[in-house]
Amino acid sequence: MAKKEYSFYPGCSSERKASASNYMVSVEAMCEKLDIKLNEIPDWNCCGASIGYAEGGELPRHVMNARNIALSEQNNPGQDIVATCAACWLGAKETADRLDACEQLLADTKEVLQQAGLDIHLKNETPIRHMVEVLIEDIGYEGIKEPMVKPLEGIKFAGYVGCQTNRPFGVDGESFENPMYLDKMVETVGGEAITNYEKKVTCCGGALAFSEPEKSQKQIKEIIEAAYDQGADMIVTPCPVCQMNVEVYQDQINKHYGTKFHIPVTYYSQLLTVAYGGSAKEAGLNGNIIRAKRLEDIAAK
Amino acid sequence: MSDVNTAMVQKYRNDFLKEVEENVEEGHWVKMCMQCGVCSGSCPFGPHWDHPPQEIFMMIRAGKRDEVLTTESMWMCTSCYNCIVRCPRELPITHIMHGLANYAHRLGIAPKMNPTRRFAGIFWNNIAKTGRVNELALSLKLYFMDGFMSGIKKGLAMMSVGIGMIKTKRLNPFALISHKGVKNPKELHVLLKKAREIEDRRKGIAS
Amino acid sequence: MSEKKTAVYVCRGCGIGNRLDTDQLAKIAESEGKCSLVRQHDFLCNADGVSTIRNDIDGEGVTHVVIAACSRRAKTDAFGFDDVALGRANLREGIIWVRPDTEEARETTQEMADDFLRMACAEIQYIKQPDTNQNAGTNKNILVVGGGVSGMTAAIEASKAGYGILLVEKTGQLGGWAAKLHKRVPDREPFADPVDAGVSDLVKSVEYEKNINVFLNSSITRTSGAPGQFSVDISAESGETVTENVGSIIQASGFSGYDANQLPELGYGKSPDVIDQAELEQLAIQAADGPIKRPSDGKEVESVVFVQCAGQRSDEPGHLPYCSGHCCNTSIKQAMYFKDANPNVDTVVIFDDLRTPGNGEDFYRSAQRKGVIFTKGKPQQVSPVDGQLEVKFHDMILNDEAAATADLVVLATGQIPNSGVDIEPAAMQEVEDGGGESAAQAETETREVQIPVESILNLTYRQGVDLPHLRHGFSDSHFICFPYETQRSGIYTCGPVRRPMDIAQTMEDATGAALKSIQAVENAVLGRAAHPRSGDLSFPSFRREGCTQCKRCTVECPFGAIDEDEQRYPLFNESRCRRCGTCMGACPVRVISFDNYSVDTVGQQIKSVNMPDEFDEKPRILILACENDAYPALDMAAQQGLEYSAFVRIVPVRCLGSVNTIWVTDALNSGYDGVMLMGCKKGDDYQCHFVKGSELAHYRMSKIDDTLQQLQLEPERVEIYEVEITDIQRVPALINEYAAKIDEIGMNPFKGF
Repeated sequence: MAKKEYSFYPGCSSERKASASNYMVSVEAMCEKLDIKLNEIPDWNCCGASIGYAEGGELPRHVMNARNIALSEQNNPGQDIVATCAACWLGAKETADRLDACEQLLADTKEVLQQAGLDIHLKNETPIRHMVEVLIEDIGYEGIKEPMVKPLEGIKFAGYVGCQTNRPFGVDGESFENPMYLDKMVETVGGEAITNYEKKVTCCGGALAFSEPEKSQKQIKEIIEAAYDQGADMIVTPCPVCQMNVEVYQDQINKHYGTKFHIPVTYYSQLLTVAYGGSAKEAGLNGNIIRAKRLEDIAAK
Repeated sequence: MSDVNTAMVQKYRNDFLKEVEENVEEGHWVKMCMQCGVCSGSCPFGPHWDHPPQEIFMMIRAGKRDEVLTTESMWMCTSCYNCIVRCPRELPITHIMHGLANYAHRLGIAPKMNPTRRFAGIFWNNIAKTGRVNELALSLKLYFMDGFMSGIKKGLAMMSVGIGMIKTKRLNPFALISHKGVKNPKELHVLLKKAREIEDRRKGIAS
Repeated sequence: MSEKKTAVYVCRGCGIGNRLDTDQLAKIAESEGKCSLVRQHDFLCNADGVSTIRNDIDGEGVTHVVIAACSRRAKTDAFGFDDVALGRANLREGIIWVRPDTEEARETTQEMADDFLRMACAEIQYIKQPDTNQNAGTNKNILVVGGGVSGMTAAIEASKAGYGILLVEKTGQLGGWAAKLHKRVPDREPFADPVDAGVSDLVKSVEYEKNINVFLNSSITRTSGAPGQFSVDISAESGETVTENVGSIIQASGFSGYDANQLPELGYGKSPDVIDQAELEQLAIQAADGPIKRPSDGKEVESVVFVQCAGQRSDEPGHLPYCSGHCCNTSIKQAMYFKDANPNVDTVVIFDDLRTPGNGEDFYRSAQRKGVIFTKGKPQQVSPVDGQLEVKFHDMILNDEAAATADLVVLATGQIPNSGVDIEPAAMQEVEDGGGESAAQAETETREVQIPVESILNLTYRQGVDLPHLRHGFSDSHFICFPYETQRSGIYTCGPVRRPMDIAQTMEDATGAALKSIQAVENAVLGRAAHPRSGDLSFPSFRREGCTQCKRCTVECPFGAIDEDEQRYPLFNESRCRRCGTCMGACPVRVISFDNYSVDTVGQQIKSVNMPDEFDEKPRILILACENDAYPALDMAAQQGLEYSAFVRIVPVRCLGSVNTIWVTDALNSGYDGVMLMGCKKGDDYQCHFVKGSELAHYRMSKIDDTLQQLQLEPERVEIYEVEITDIQRVPALINEYAAKIDEIGMNPFKGF
């Protein structure tokens, strides 16, 4: 019998052979160790992501998210919706908030969903939460520590929280300018957190890494540089867009700026999985383009 | 689409603020800006905006319709939400910028060649088609949006990234044929079409 | 009083007994201090210690008590023997807490204690228990000058507290500016809409209060006397004058509007449709919540532009340099007059900085919700164009030239205080004519704005007919520490005569001033000082035969307490005196003194110190520390265990203004190697409790350089510092730096002469 059960919204990037598939692998392993059961929302669709507004507009964007919420209400009644992707979480939560606040928008949305035989109730029956909220609030730092068998000793992590896990909603009790939960999580599993990491909440460019690569890569360069300045061995993040942007462009940045960046960018779930005794494969470490060698070493021990 | 634009110009005369309030997502907040400039100072892409949010708000109040709707500024928004959490007046600035960009786009007067505008179109069509992102199709579309040769060039430049992703099983080289979305994409199309209809009706945009 | 008998009590508590040789201190008190009764006690401030002293006073006839224990600022309740002359030697905060507890420091620390005891014994010999002021007045009535919101509020508040009020108003009706308002800025939740100005309620309250006697069409043609015994002539327009006695005075003379004719560039005078805020109020009253019509042709206003900071916050000639505080909220309110009557009226407020402190922020938001447009810009020109007005301005956000057209333009002009005659230029003239070396305000301010020069109070004081001004013509009222306190004891200001303010601030201000005026009369009838030496019974007196009639005391008294008699001798008004001793510091022939504070009480302390000879390598540094800020800062440094040099000998003074230069020259002549003077911040934003004391001390010390040169001493041997009460870390550092500097310069060659 599972300790905790949630309605799970994995999102597009977590799919098999998608850009954050290794995140998903490690989340599954982590949840198993923490006795968390994730019930995937059947037939979920994309949230519209941060760029969906421009073509999609207001109501179509909310309909996308409302459909997911409605499906969750129907199939996983009474369960909190949990997302692992910042954009999925943000999109769903924003829609829930906005529909809750605006009767007209809610009525319009209901009218649209009817076409697919769906309905949406809201009224906070289904809070929409990020996986890190589940860890911090439901499991707690003590609980996170409990299954630990291999403390991540001697590794210095720059905790890169990024934007959308942090703003505009953020995690309760944390500041927007300097959230500490990721550092605390790192320390809970025995790693060394760089608590004064200057670029902790700086934007990586998000979706504009595609359309405005030069401007975004300048952001990314600074994010990586600040991690090196503090002697980080690797970067850890809760966001798939952050992970991808900061990891995959390092070669291009090196070429453009003459830098010699080669720093692994990992997910918190990978850290926890390794600390819980999971293998490198279970932690999805084979999915990192820049291999997190020191985590792999611990996993292999 | 430019007919829509003309209709709007006629409808609101020179009251651009009212036009924004009635047609732009969260537009009713524009009048509440107190011109402190914290948003402009907090924007990661701030230096790349011709008119940072503070100025955009001022321009709307000053009735500078064309300048606002044709600027590339809003298209620089990375959706980092820094402005929102710092705004002392709690204006949903990010959403207003999104709303303005979308409105300009819907009127057909947004900058044609702006890469983010074009990417956004590609992205939405990508997800609307099957309900989920097809990352391979998305990247290819993006690279080839300026034509075949340009696409090959960009593709080559991004090759190492792509290969890295494929090798780590984070990009499916066969996704063009094997990508799966929601079970019934047609039903989703119906929903989105209906949503667009209602939205256009509310905003008086006859499509 | 019976025969003088001095007793010294040396406390051994709080570690004093462990750190110091108290037997030796007792011996010094007996032999050098010539005190007949010397006791040591292990815990002097406990019940046993206190009753020991009490019994000596009652049983042994002790009249003078020296307590050698903690700082004079500590244990004031336990040691509050108000029937004897009291001195304190500060062994705890002054010595053991600022010195290291080490073997090598022991000798110099003990020397410090020995000297502090000598100083206390020397001082007590010259202290007399002060007699009560025989000239105290008995009148507790309060005169309020001005019948606007501030005056009426002050009158009502004081009347409700049971005091008789004389309320004098120059015009034929009460209400002042507020009576001319359509509505006022809201003063309560939800701060969203203009509310009734409330003037008729205030007038009703004034009429209802039995204690308030109203004089309309009247002004004050003469004011003389002192707290508790003012005499005022109240003259009516009809020419009839009555003389009344009051205990204190509240000046609530308000403000005049800035003359917008000085702003032709903003269109005033060029079109009747360019008006100021006061004129808009008239239009709004006429419109009675209906559509407001423009003056030129009576057309309903469809568009209005408000120009903020018109002739204000500007260095241009003829403009007011300051912000009048209320005008942003007032324009917001007036824009609402239009929006509330018809939401389709275009209302634009052109501002530089919109200043809406406190709940004004909610009011601002409310206006934004109502659709008032706020544009950040600098207006450049307003001109009539085709029956409308064109407002050209520089858009400060878009950095662009812009223009707006409107039916009506409202200029937000400023407040000019009705503060009466500026007495300072007159005083300056006298000093120059007299060729005296008075410090009286070395810097004169160039006044670009001409203010009305009709006197408000017509004081018969030697220093002038009205209250001294601070900056921009506002009455000085101890801006930083003690609002309402003017430089004339028993006379308080409130409202816009004190600083620019709105109705809500004015009412709060008036309530404060009412309270202070009550405090003043209650202290006055007891013959005590009110502020800041509250309860002090001492007052200055002078030795007539020694006086050279140099006038310095009468000119330099910051409170105008000293007049001149027919023979041109100083005439002290004890009840006006704040007991700072500035007159004592000013007197070149040293004939002015207080019973318990005099040239001798300090001078003898300075002389009593045991001066080591040149070859002992033990310099002596005299510190004269203001008891208001510097001395508490020293005490707090001690509480924090910060250390400073053992070579200093500290004498607290009432104010640096009371420091007579003879103390400094005597100190140098008797072998001190350096003198540090520590006083409060001077200047326009002064923190001196006595307004001018610190400034005067700086001036006087600048003259001492000549003396030093004559003695062939280095100018660094006398230094003056501005010290704030919060300078806890800085004060010990200053002392140590100075000690190092003296070390560098070397010993005073006058040692041993």
